[in-house]
Amino acid sequence: MEETISFKLNNKKTRVTIDPNKTLLWVLRDVFELTGTKYGCGIGFCGACTVLIDNEPVRSCTIPISDVTGKNVITVEGLAKNGKLHPLQQAFIDHDALQCGYCTPGMIMTSVGLLKKNSSPSREEIVAGLEDNLCRCGAHKRIIEAVEDASKVMKGGK
Amino acid sequence: MKRRSFFKIAGGGIFIFFQPWSALDLLSMPAPQGRSLTKDYNAFLQIAEDGTVNCFTGKIEMGQGIITSLPQMMADELNVPLESVKMIMGDTDLCPYDAGTWGSLTTRAFGPNMRAAAAEARTVLVEMASERLGVPVSQLEVKDGVITDTTDPSKSVTYAALAKGQKIEKYLEVKPSVEDHTAFTYVGKPLKHSDAHDKVTGKARYTGDLKLPGMLFARILRPPSHGAKLVSADIKGAERIEGVKVVRDGDFIAVLSEDREKADIAIYQINAEYSFDEIKVSSETIFDYINRGEYRSNTVRSAGDTESARTQCDKVFESEFHDPYLAHAPIETHTALANYEGDKLTVWAATQSPFGLQDGIVRELGLTREKVRVITPFVGGGFGGKSAFRQGIEAARLAAMTRKPVMVAWTREEEFFYDNFHPASVVKVRSGIDKNGKILLWDYNVYLAGTRGAETVYDVPNHRTVSHSENRAVWPVHPFETGPWRAPNNNTNTFARETQIDIMASAAGMDPLDFRLKNLKDEKMIACLKSVADKFGYVPGKGPSGRGIGIACGLDAGTWVAEIGEVRVDPGTGKVQVIRVAASQDMGLCVNPQGALIQMEGCVTMALGYTLTEELKYKGGIIENKNFDSYSIPKFSWVPQIDCVILDRKDQAPQGGGEPAIIAVGAAVGNAIFDATGARLFRVPFTPERVLQAVESRKSKV
Repeated sequence: MEETISFKLNNKKTRVTIDPNKTLLWVLRDVFELTGTKYGCGIGFCGACTVLIDNEPVRSCTIPISDVTGKNVITVEGLAKNGKLHPLQQAFIDHDALQCGYCTPGMIMTSVGLLKKNSSPSREEIVAGLEDNLCRCGAHKRIIEAVEDASKVMKGGK
Repeated sequence: MKRRSFFKIAGGGIFIFFQPWSALDLLSMPAPQGRSLTKDYNAFLQIAEDGTVNCFTGKIEMGQGIITSLPQMMADELNVPLESVKMIMGDTDLCPYDAGTWGSLTTRAFGPNMRAAAAEARTVLVEMASERLGVPVSQLEVKDGVITDTTDPSKSVTYAALAKGQKIEKYLEVKPSVEDHTAFTYVGKPLKHSDAHDKVTGKARYTGDLKLPGMLFARILRPPSHGAKLVSADIKGAERIEGVKVVRDGDFIAVLSEDREKADIAIYQINAEYSFDEIKVSSETIFDYINRGEYRSNTVRSAGDTESARTQCDKVFESEFHDPYLAHAPIETHTALANYEGDKLTVWAATQSPFGLQDGIVRELGLTREKVRVITPFVGGGFGGKSAFRQGIEAARLAAMTRKPVMVAWTREEEFFYDNFHPASVVKVRSGIDKNGKILLWDYNVYLAGTRGAETVYDVPNHRTVSHSENRAVWPVHPFETGPWRAPNNNTNTFARETQIDIMASAAGMDPLDFRLKNLKDEKMIACLKSVADKFGYVPGKGPSGRGIGIACGLDAGTWVAEIGEVRVDPGTGKVQVIRVAASQDMGLCVNPQGALIQMEGCVTMALGYTLTEELKYKGGIIENKNFDSYSIPKFSWVPQIDCVILDRKDQAPQGGGEPAIIAVGAAVGNAIFDATGARLFRVPFTPERVLQAVESRKSKV
């Protein structure tokens, strides 16, 4: 049975009439055409599908669309403000913290969530926060450096 | 493809066609029949009417960064701003034939041709300008895409102006020549990924991100085991689901729906029975099984007399090394979208081999090559795994069966099942030294891992390298497909060779770096070892020193590499933490030092997987690893301090950069574990259980 589900998507009120059991990941990709959020494993293990729900990083492949009723979902497409990249996006560019780029949106969303909770994480805290996001190309070292750098920039209010 | 349709897609301007391949470049890449490589002129670059330089290449971008480094070469040769060069990659209708993106060949084999052709193109443009301006060629100079009369700067014309309203075809015979490196503007400059902005904003399009009107998502019925045969299938349950279409062609059965999740549900409503092959081998028995087999043997290289050398040796060492099957596990699974427009089939695919897929579809569907176009969007990691393109054939078949656009996006489980795995392999080495630590004997037998990196890099008077490959008629080993895995099998060979070297160094009572330097004549290898020791701050010591430091070196894709690893071994659990890896490589001219550095870091990080955890579990053709929960790839907490050196040799031809630094990490870490504990490991990965076992068995011997 279809239901109308109201929520915020990238800070804009939206609604969708759909089977409430549909997976958030596929609704974002197939219905809203926000394809920055990627499928990697389907069991919440790799983090490529990570989005923010009310500022919490969540694996969108593991939850039904009905779970976001009344909540605010942020995807990688919703990070830039008025054409200006989010400091984490900029830091990933500045540190060349990607190769194939496929895990990148999930890495960035997890990092945004991390910095919302802890604005000045230690290197160990960054590693722990990203531990369950997988990257096969081996960009880890640069991703850690990008997050360290972004946390400094964000505290500086830039 | 037909020239008329090429121009229809490409538009106007000046087109440079050339014969892109010389016989030498094709070395290990036999052209499929019908690809008359030496006769066909292929479009190579276009000066478009707006001055954009479109460069067509059959290579693809999967994270290795050639979308950044190839334009560096182009911009230098054509004297145009870097920003004006656009790469059009992996499109079989537009790009010159290319065997595939692998073997670290893009820069070393394709690069020189491309540079030479670009230089020729520049000559053509200058000749056109000479005619247009009425100024002799010798009086003209080119800068930033503007050709100017050196005696009268008011006389000038841009590439764009020359191309405007034109459709000029120039055909060139190209002979690559080594460029004067002092004239480079962009080559040698460290440049960041040019595709980064699209990749951090979610704009970059991978195959699975594409959408066509009326597109169906497909799920295909999969056997539980490789080699299993379909006995019966009841598809009624799937057919009953509204909005789901079931198609069948023999044992190829698929469910399709515009709603992806309906297809996901429907596939499980098919009741299928399979008959199984006998299980001959499992991940538990594989090495014993390999050792009982008969193979095709090929002596790769030999010199001196390995039999009589034994008697001259002070000490002789015999070792056997084991290497398991590995999955490629790119985060993007194999994905393809196929669509018919009239009788023309277009397939977008995550593949390292767009032309191979095109040929595969031609074969499977009985179409002509002109009727099949393969386009490669961004690829989310390949590592050799996407040289196989089964998913593209599947999408093409389903598009032919339904006459609708069909998306086939493998699940992670399908990715683990249909991977073309790195093969399990065995290496047996017998070697010997004299009283002074000089290697006199090297007798090397590699089973199933091939010859890449098999030849010893050391100066040994009596040596023999024999490669034993599978003879499926006599003794079939692999229960599933195998294929190239980043620096194919060089990891195996380098692990075996460099561990054996370390064993000898220790027995000779010598520092492992000194021992290597004493037995090497290869100047490049010596330079790499010395520079990596310098970078690491290496202090000589005999192994096992208790410090946990190990060295290894090797040669891959024309590039020399040496690495030093430092580990901490938990004596209670056997868990190994790699603390630091230093790496040095000589890759000839380094086109993009930033890109090359990132590839080195990526190699070191990815190598931790085959070194510490990765090992496929299977019983016959049943793959037991179905997802990342049971097949562990490197994570953030594993990443060591990584210090890299690139010995830039501007006067030498550029070599491969995407693979070499992965080859020596296994041996360097294994040697470091020996240095820490005195226990020697002969099998990767070095799991905590194996490390503990090796430590315990050493204690019982001491």
